[in-house]
Order: sequence, then structure tokens, then C-alpha cells
Amino acid sequence: MDAFEYAAPQNLQDAVALLAEASGEARPLAGGTDLIAQMKENRRSPSLVVDVKKIPELNVLSYAAGLRIGAAVSCTQIAGFAPVRVHYPALAEACALIGSYQIQNRAALGGNFCNAAPSADAVPPAIAYGAMLVIAGPNGQREMPAEDFFVGPGQTVLEKGEVLVEIGLPPPPPHSGAAYLRFIPREEMDIAVAGVGAFVRLSPDAHTCEQARIVLAAVAPTPVRAKEAEAFLTGRALDETTLAQAGELASQAASPISDVRGSAAYRLELVKVLTRRTLGTALERARGEAA
Amino acid sequence: MKQAIELNVNGEPHTALVDSRETLLDTLRYKLGHMGPKEGCGNGNCGACTVVLNDAVVNACLVFAVEAAGADVTTVEGVAAEGNLHPVQQAFIEHGALQCGFCTPGFIMSAKALLERNPNPSEPEIRLAISGNLCRCTGYDKIVRAIQAASQALSQTA
Repeated sequence: MDAFEYAAPQNLQDAVALLAEASGEARPLAGGTDLIAQMKENRRSPSLVVDVKKIPELNVLSYAAGLRIGAAVSCTQIAGFAPVRVHYPALAEACALIGSYQIQNRAALGGNFCNAAPSADAVPPAIAYGAMLVIAGPNGQREMPAEDFFVGPGQTVLEKGEVLVEIGLPPPPPHSGAAYLRFIPREEMDIAVAGVGAFVRLSPDAHTCEQARIVLAAVAPTPVRAKEAEAFLTGRALDETTLAQAGELASQAASPISDVRGSAAYRLELVKVLTRRTLGTALERARGEAA
Repeated sequence: MKQAIELNVNGEPHTALVDSRETLLDTLRYKLGHMGPKEGCGNGNCGACTVVLNDAVVNACLVFAVEAAGADVTTVEGVAAEGNLHPVQQAFIEHGALQCGFCTPGFIMSAKALLERNPNPSEPEIRLAISGNLCRCTGYDKIVRAIQAASQALSQTA
């Protein structure tokens, strides 16, 4: 590992100033479960590491008018936060899927975003719930929909000096539900071959889908929305046939590669099945039939 | 870049001069003499380096020592109280839940943490709790039985 300077600023302004004024590559450090492993393998060699865990704004975890999650809050904290379990179960489940307990105790949701792995498990449910990101930088703060954050594998829109501050989820509307599923060949401790997050909002009589969001993981260079499938579901009654058709359409939004975890054709098939199943669970939750 | 950090290990205050690249694991082992936590994979998969950092089990190989400044750390050396093995340690011995022993300190820390948050875990809950710890000798069955026995022993003393 190359030598680097380490700083642990107590406030956001100092963190932004350190990142902005760094002469070489500078990386924020939250849980470190991706960054430190990458630095050990010389896949990333920052000359400055800015530990953001002491910054109050990045440690927010509150539920009032929606959910606010500071970028440095750990997966364990998120999955154990009662309002997340009640109102955003798909996010709680995804945070409890990432690595082991040891990893979940360190890994932060903001890190899952900033590491920008196409297979990041917590990202699809966050996007499905309509997440907005708060980013601080030398020119102040900006907000953006979470789905616009990713550029490619390991690459985000963050510019020099910028740091992800907070992930915000709107309050879940009435008659809505969401779910996240991934496929791995093992029981635990693996990287998704494919993953799907789905959100549905139903009409008050629970018969018609008024809004759907479907987010695919590990089947494209970034997490992607399956917008054709979403449009197909909107205004329709959700039953086995329409959910299966949505799965077919969702697979058209995927552009998977073949690698050691699975072939492209296998991943396309997984998207169909996982989309159908996550929509099914989201539907049950929207109808109040499942926790 | 080196800096002096203060941290408590198994209740004792320590000061160490550490390079920013140095992991908490290396500081514990080579500067503070706690050889219980081991480096297996060095990337967070095997759990042989599991320690408690401020009340949470972590992979010490994925924590920079500088991040642990001011922290409370517990290693397997701090688990026995006043010369008496912890019930998890005793159960590992009685059930032969180890062969080479390299992974054992990590398993002890994960099992102890499990029983503290869930005193009566089911077998699937036990297997989930140790999913971040690899053992290449035992096939896990004796480890699971040992944790079940420790759970019973703890509930009888509680």
C-alpha cells in the first residue's frame, strides 16, 4: 500500500476543504470495508484519506418527514433502526445482506453508493424508494436523485472536493410496498449475480398499480431502472401474468456481462425471475399482506 | 505519516506510534502483543482477525489503526474473566470445536457477540452469525454445537 495522509475532520467544511485542496487523489473513508481492501490490493492509491465518521451530518439517522441517513451510518445501524424496519423493509433487508456481521458493523450506506459497485445491494432498494442524495462540495450543497449518481463501475458524479452527505427517502405513500432480492449461489457472504429492487404504489382499492419503480443490480455498468417495465405496470392490475410480463420487459433494460459469477444469458433469466418475485413481495406489502 | 494513538485494549490503556497504513490488526499483534487475532485473508472474508471495537465485532484487518484512536478494543485475550474461561471458550474445548485453532479467536468473538445480543439463538441464527468466520478444519458442526452448549450454559448461570 502506498503511503497516504490521514485526516479525521470534525466538521463538513473541513472535510470538503481537505478534499478540494488535496494535490493527488483524495478519498473519503467511512466504514472502509471496500476502500481499505482496494488500497491493500493497490486498486486505489489515494494520497489523502479523509475519515468522515466524526462529521455530525454524516451520522444522522432520523425518521420524521421521510428517512434521513447520514452517509457514514453503518448497515447494522440502518437495519436495526425501527422506522426502517417498519417503513422501508426492503432497505433493512438489503443492509442485512451485505457481507458478515463484522462487515455490516463497519460498512456504511454512503460507502455502498460511493464505491459504485454495480452489484451494491443497498442501492436498488434505496432508488426504488425514491432516494435523493445530498452532496456537499466547495461550491455548496446539491441534491440529486440517487439513480443519477452512478457513471460506471467504481465511478460516480462526485467531483473533486465533493462528499456524499446524506441519503434521503421520502415517506412511503399509502398502499405502497417494496422489496429487494439478489441471487447468489451460496447462503451468505457473496456478491450478487443479479439483484432487483421493486416498489409499487397501488390505487386505494388495491387493484391497480399507480406507480412502479424497478431497479436492477449487477446486470449493467451501473444500477439501472427498468423504465419500460415500470410504464407497463402503471395503470394495470397486478397479477401473475402482468408480473411475469414486467419481468420480461425488465430483462430488456439489462446489459449484463459474462463473468465468473454467471453468464449474460443466465443473468437475463435471473432478472426475469427476480423482478417477478420482488414485485410479488412488494405487492403483498402494499396490500398489507406481508410484513 | 506516523501519529501516536491512544486506545484501550481489554480494559488497559495503551499508546502506539502508528503509520497511517497500519491496520488495527497489525498494531494489536506487533505493537501491543495481542497475538490472538490472526491475519488470514486480509480482506474481510475469513474473520480470523475479529475483535470488538466499541461494542461491535469488526474485521481488524479492515480498520486502520488511526481510526481506532480513543477506541475500546476487546480481543480474545480479554474474554476470560479472572482466570476463568468464558462459557463460549469452555464449550469450544468440551466439544472439540477446533482443530488447527487459527480461526478460533475469531469464532469466539463472533459467538460471544451473538449470545450477547441473542441469548437463545436458533441453529440458522448461529450459522448466520458465524458466516463471516471461515474454518477450514472442522466443517463447522462442532462449532455450532459448542455455541448451542454455551447458550445453554449461559442461560443456566443467568
